[in-house]
Amino acid sequence: MARVEAPLVAPTEAPSRRRLDWVLVSTSSVIALLVIMAVFAPLLAPDDPNYANILATNQGPSAAHLLGTDSFGRDLLSRLIYGARLSLLGPALIIVIATLVGTALAILSAWYGGWFDRVASRVADILFAFPGLIFAMLAVAMFGPGLLAPVVALSISYTPYLMRVVRAEALRQRNLPYVAACYVEGLRVRTICTRHILRNVMPLLLVQAALSFGYALVDLAAISYLGLGVQPPTPEWGVMVSTGQSAILAGHPQESLLAGLMIVVTVVAFNLLGDRLATRQKGVVRA
Amino acid sequence: MPEDSILEVRGLRKVYRVRASRADPGPAGSALLGHPLARRQRARALVAVDDVSFSVAPGQSLAVVGESGSGKTTVARMVVGLERPTGGTIWVSGQERSWRHVTSRERRRRAREVQIIFQDPYSSLDPRMSVRGCLDESLRLHFDWGRERRDARVAELLDQVGLDRRQAESLPRALSGGQRQRVAIARALASEPRVLICDEAVASLDVSIQAQVLNLLSDIRDATGVSYLFISHDLAVVRQVSDNVVIMRRGRVVEAGPTASVLSDPSNGYTKQLLAAIPRPGWKPTRSASPDES
Ligand SMILES: Nc1ncnc2c1ncn2[C@@H]1O[C@H](COP(=O)(O)OP(=O)(O)O)[C@@H](O)[C@H]1O
Ligand SMILES: [Mg+2]
Repeated sequence: MARVEAPLVAPTEAPSRRRLDWVLVSTSSVIALLVIMAVFAPLLAPDDPNYANILATNQGPSAAHLLGTDSFGRDLLSRLIYGARLSLLGPALIIVIATLVGTALAILSAWYGGWFDRVASRVADILFAFPGLIFAMLAVAMFGPGLLAPVVALSISYTPYLMRVVRAEALRQRNLPYVAACYVEGLRVRTICTRHILRNVMPLLLVQAALSFGYALVDLAAISYLGLGVQPPTPEWGVMVSTGQSAILAGHPQESLLAGLMIVVTVVAFNLLGDRLATRQKGVVRA
Repeated sequence: MPEDSILEVRGLRKVYRVRASRADPGPAGSALLGHPLARRQRARALVAVDDVSFSVAPGQSLAVVGESGSGKTTVARMVVGLERPTGGTIWVSGQERSWRHVTSRERRRRAREVQIIFQDPYSSLDPRMSVRGCLDESLRLHFDWGRERRDARVAELLDQVGLDRRQAESLPRALSGGQRQRVAIARALASEPRVLICDEAVASLDVSIQAQVLNLLSDIRDATGVSYLFISHDLAVVRQVSDNVVIMRRGRVVEAGPTASVLSDPSNGYTKQLLAAIPRPGWKPTRSASPDES
């Protein structure tokens, strides 16, 4: 009974507006910093990330190399900063593609139902059953190693997930009387789907995109780690974890450790952000 | 069809295919329960509306009365094109509207003939669209007007339904149930329809607000000459707003005629029962006691 719900809305929502949400602020700041790092890498990096000084390999932190050097004598800080570029671009591309395609299919399925919905849901189920890594291997076989292959592969495996989540909410919206009112008003289906249904599933979409970004980053890093993605010597965090491995045994864990730390920080930031957005939305009107 | 009616419905029928409940395993028997084949066989026909006919003259108000589940909403949904009739014919302004495929252009034309107000004002407005956005959307769709003309019309509509002009920028969640229902009425009026369907439009409102909204609807009729198809399960309300009445039971019309004579001298046993349940003076309806929540 929706009319009982409504009076509850104002009190739950009002405080979240007034009070500063520290989780939201800190996670968005971390993400903003990471993005700045990636965009302005040439300005921020103290060194050329690919300049190898064979005389200064596996050094600890010093004034010349704030975070030390890797096993080729390259400046680690510079490599981490430049590494942000591909490490963030990959998941960003995946999430953009999967969200666009997944949302479009979800809303069309919710609106038209029938065979379109059945076919789309079935295909999604089948894709869902394949691990992303299998797609990645197939894609590498087709496109060769690099960023493209894993991005294509993971876009395909993330689309059904986003589609499922969005479809359920789009279907709920589609059956609400306001959509019927839009239809009776004579609005085009396209307009109803974008201006009304899409707009109302958007909050959920943002949460899912933020959460999926973290997972996509981990998946991409794993693919790079296995040597199926971006190839060394290109700076990328997953690649760095992998190339730094040999130095760990020699007692120089900094490359793997720092690259791993960047991955963890980014994933945690995106997950906390997604979580926070989700809890905030629970207080907002759901009708 | 007769020229003197604005809305005419003849032999209207709607059959839903529904999955049989667990208590009713259907012809397949319980051995096949849960099997995909059994599911198809367990689908059974539910006749929601069966041979319903009525007509509404311009400026007139016809009430459709019946207990919950009697098919009133289904009739309304078929008239506005949200549901496709299984059989029968619907004419609006002399034009048939029971075609199979309707273009969006035709839908836009029909929107200017019939509009509907739903029961639940909390879900019948887009939660993310302001009152102005909602009304302006309809005006932009139906009229080739500039920004200023539309703004003026929004203000006029708000005045007409008794809302403050300052509420134009509000989102639905900032409004009370009665105010939201006024917005829904304004939206329905925006396309200047000739028939307004009110599907239990006041049933979910407080009694004092109900009276205000009913008065508003009657003022609107005086001002615009719009016809009403007034769906209700509340005979007290029906007596107040309608000229003619159709009594429905289990999808069928059991009695029809002028409201005054049907309510004072019912010929059908079911109508008599309904009348016996009508509140006496001094009786206060409680919201929880309302029999129709759907
Ligand atoms: N989409 C649907 N699918 C299956 N059955 C439906 C559907 N809509 C309504 N019904 C059934 O049709 C009957 C009439 O419903 P309705 O028109 O909503 O009645 P009322 O508005 O008079 O309460 C009910 O038994 C209801 O369960
Ligand atoms: Mg109903």
